[in-house]
Amino acid sequence: MFEFPEVVTIPLAKGIDFIMSWLLIHLDGFFDAIGFIILQVVVGFEALFLFIPWFVMIPLAGLAGWKLVGKWKTGVLFMLLLFLIGTFGYWELSMRTLSLVIASVFFSLLIGIPTGINMARSDRTEAILKPILDGMQTMPSFVYLIPALMFFGMGKVPAMFATIIYAVPPVIRLTNVGIRTVDKEAVEASKAFGATSRQVLFDVQLPLAKPTIMVGINQTTMMALAMVVIGSMIGAKGLGMEVLLAINRIEVGKGFEAGLSIVFLAIIVDRITFSFSEKK
Amino acid sequence: MSKNKTVNGSETTHSDINTNSQIIIKDLWKVFGRDSKRVLGKKYRALGKEEIQKKTGCVIGLREINLEIKKGEFYILMGLSGSGKSTLIRNLIRLVKPTSGSIVIDEKNLTKMNNEELLNFRRETFGMVFQHYGLLPHLTVLDNAAYGLKVRGISKEDRYIKAKEVLETVGLKGWEDYYPGSLSGGMQQRVGLARALANDPEILLMDEPFSGLDPLIKRQMQDELIELQDKMQKTIIFVTHDLHEALKLGDRIAILRNGKVVQVGTPEEIVTKPVDDYVQEFVRDASPAKVITAGTIMEPAKIILYAWEGPKTALTLLRKNKRRAAFIVDKSHRLLGVAQEDKLEELLNKPEKVEKIPESALRRVPSVGPDTILEDMFSIVTENQYPVPVVDADNKFLGVVTTDQIFESITPMGGEDNV
Repeated sequence: MFEFPEVVTIPLAKGIDFIMSWLLIHLDGFFDAIGFIILQVVVGFEALFLFIPWFVMIPLAGLAGWKLVGKWKTGVLFMLLLFLIGTFGYWELSMRTLSLVIASVFFSLLIGIPTGINMARSDRTEAILKPILDGMQTMPSFVYLIPALMFFGMGKVPAMFATIIYAVPPVIRLTNVGIRTVDKEAVEASKAFGATSRQVLFDVQLPLAKPTIMVGINQTTMMALAMVVIGSMIGAKGLGMEVLLAINRIEVGKGFEAGLSIVFLAIIVDRITFSFSEKK
Repeated sequence: MSKNKTVNGSETTHSDINTNSQIIIKDLWKVFGRDSKRVLGKKYRALGKEEIQKKTGCVIGLREINLEIKKGEFYILMGLSGSGKSTLIRNLIRLVKPTSGSIVIDEKNLTKMNNEELLNFRRETFGMVFQHYGLLPHLTVLDNAAYGLKVRGISKEDRYIKAKEVLETVGLKGWEDYYPGSLSGGMQQRVGLARALANDPEILLMDEPFSGLDPLIKRQMQDELIELQDKMQKTIIFVTHDLHEALKLGDRIAILRNGKVVQVGTPEEIVTKPVDDYVQEFVRDASPAKVITAGTIMEPAKIILYAWEGPKTALTLLRKNKRRAAFIVDKSHRLLGVAQEDKLEELLNKPEKVEKIPESALRRVPSVGPDTILEDMFSIVTENQYPVPVVDADNKFLGVVTTDQIFESITPMGGEDNV
């Protein structure tokens, strides 16, 4: 009865398509260069994690749990979880997934922390970025997965690209909030003594915002892990792909094993990164 | 303890103002909000705070501030919350940028400085102490105290030497390696003070530094600050909402209301001559005995005897004036003591003739300086039957204060005010 008038249309879709094809033609080299850099970092991490044998990695995880989280029980738990992943037969794939996650987090922080700092320093930047961040977190990931494919081709790079888009907002937001909620008088004190804005940032704002930023890093890491299943759809090898294959073949048990491996990795990564935020 | 050295009653406040003012604030306005300059135009300028806010959406922080602060002065900015006192002290160091007007400190115009000049000026001129201390929790007490020096780029070794020195001055020796979080409020504020002093600033800005402390610690810190100021003689600008604190510490007090200065004066002037009902209300609980000084209420002595006058002349004078005793001074008007009638009679009754009144015949009486507050004279007047002589640093006789005068001046103004 009250249908939206059909004559009122804005050709947004056409516009975006046009921009896409323009970018693909003219900035091809640019995307290749970015893809190359991203790939090198992932390959580097992968080489590292695959180089470390399981009988070294498991004790290392135990040590990390004990020393970083502060309880020997956590260390034992970490060792047990990794051991279980091994028994499922997913050791190598887990390490690949882990490298992908760590590389994604690495780029997310590289982008996210400076962005968060800028956001905290200017109300205008904050006003502009907020809706963009909302979009990045709520936009169905396939929407940008396809363009990523078009820019970077199949494989790890577009998977990482999508992961970064999905995982970077928390660290930006929490860096912003962390800096904005730093004790106002501490900042004023620093300024009153003639500190430059750089000195204020490094002497006061970042150290005092550190716990909050660490929570952001923790969240970013968790979201990156959650994204690996979707990343596998465009050819990133890892646990996600196993889940996908198992579902396609209706192998419920296999699917659970792969899914549990992801959960185990998540637990380990979460506890470790969270421990950083609790430290002074 | 002679904090009132620079203010001697009312005479210094009005004289020599332009000659030794270190800080001169002229027609300073701070308006918060969008496009704040338009508030300064003719259309809005004269309107009240609420009206301006309604019509323009801008909030007046400070309006038409004109102040002159002298070098070495302990200057208090007082007002209730929202009166603009904190905004004013932040304008002085440009943590808040003034909307219009000028602030000249040591002949340099702060409002015209570019960023780099401003940073340098802050480093060289100011030390600031904050209400909630503003310490850096991730640094040790020593590093906190040395922070101002670090900002200035002084080497670690040198700044630690200086920081240790000031920490000792504020009584924190031995606490260098602790973190602020493990210290009590009073001690944290000592760290704040040490940090401000480490730079050896010319001007010390203190934004309600003691208002978060419990009363005993607060009083102790105030006393120590007075003592410290006696030694340092820095210009101190001190924000407070506590009248007693203001009266105790200040050489001069500026009272702010709705961003405007309503009265500037010595503690004594503020308490005894409030300019309007607002100030009156403010000082209602103030004890005049704590601010009124002997110099203000003293009167010239009715009769003064000179040392070279003989006992006979003295006695005649006393009897003529129906007095039983009189103060005796020497030829440069220095107070020697009190000559009593009975002592003089004794001298006259002696067989040998006495030319001059010998000093042994004089009674010594306690005297006070012109800066002494009335409260400190209570014990003297209760133990002493004579009026209390007021003398200057050279023991020169200035006048007397009687018990009646003291009581008269500390009695709150009654009568017509209560109608």
